[in-house]
Amino acid sequence: MSSERTLPPYAGALNMTIDGLHDGAPRIAMPFDNRVQGRPGFLHGGAISGLLEMAAVAALSHALRETGDTARFKQVNVTVDFMRGGTMQTSYAAGTITRMGRTMANVEARAWQDDPDKPMAMAYLHYLLRRA
Amino acid sequence: MADPNSALPGLREMSGGNNFDPRLAIQFMGKAGHGGFLGMEYSGHGEDWAELMLDWRAELVGDPETGVLASAVIISLLDNATSMSIWTKLGEFRPQVTMDLRLDYLRPSPKGARVYGRGICYHLTHSIGFVRGIAHNGDLDDPLAHASGTFIRVGDRVG
Repeated sequence: MSSERTLPPYAGALNMTIDGLHDGAPRIAMPFDNRVQGRPGFLHGGAISGLLEMAAVAALSHALRETGDTARFKQVNVTVDFMRGGTMQTSYAAGTITRMGRTMANVEARAWQDDPDKPMAMAYLHYLLRRA
Repeated sequence: MADPNSALPGLREMSGGNNFDPRLAIQFMGKAGHGGFLGMEYSGHGEDWAELMLDWRAELVGDPETGVLASAVIISLLDNATSMSIWTKLGEFRPQVTMDLRLDYLRPSPKGARVYGRGICYHLTHSIGFVRGIAHNGDLDDPLAHASGTFIRVGDRVG
């Protein structure tokens, strides 16, 4: 996707990249590194949350662009469920637009390592949409 | 899900009654790995709360147009601060992992501003720590984000 918006500095600093599509949404990859480590040998929950948020933003931008929608968006909140510890390997995440409304969007993001069906964490996010 | 023996060595020393020192703990927790990348420092603590802080840095920005910090930076800060509030209330370190965390963003954290994250443990059971968190830029009465979450104890006390 050559038109894909570039990821923000925070994502760049943690070496996150858009490495393909997952169920039609941009897939974000994040390699394991000391900068994303919490307890020795495990990912920090905040880094997992960051990966989920980047996937959510990428999914939302992608969905808006696909429909030619020029809405700007602002994150209102996020709930993260942590299900499995992240180990010393590359992590992936992708978002799903549960509902694109007139004033808000509900987005869900999933992060995994080996198998998308065994999520490491899930995030549920609300975005306020602003249209000119 | 988590190996309690993988706790940071410095924290492990803080198991056992009234051994937990938030100021010292942040030296182990805040300087290594993700906490070190974010530059977390000790800010203060009380009976059931602990506060950490970090400085604005260009590489922590989530929106290059405005210079606003990535919201995940606030999550990490409050994740660590709320986790520490549990050990502070307990008076000792016990291995735990975040079960869930919710953040409401009331306003952005402006470019250049230092961010404080205060974690408060309002209830503790044998297995679960219930927490709230507030992120601000120096005035607790002008919060930028509110958090609530739970941590689950894993394994036995180590030490």
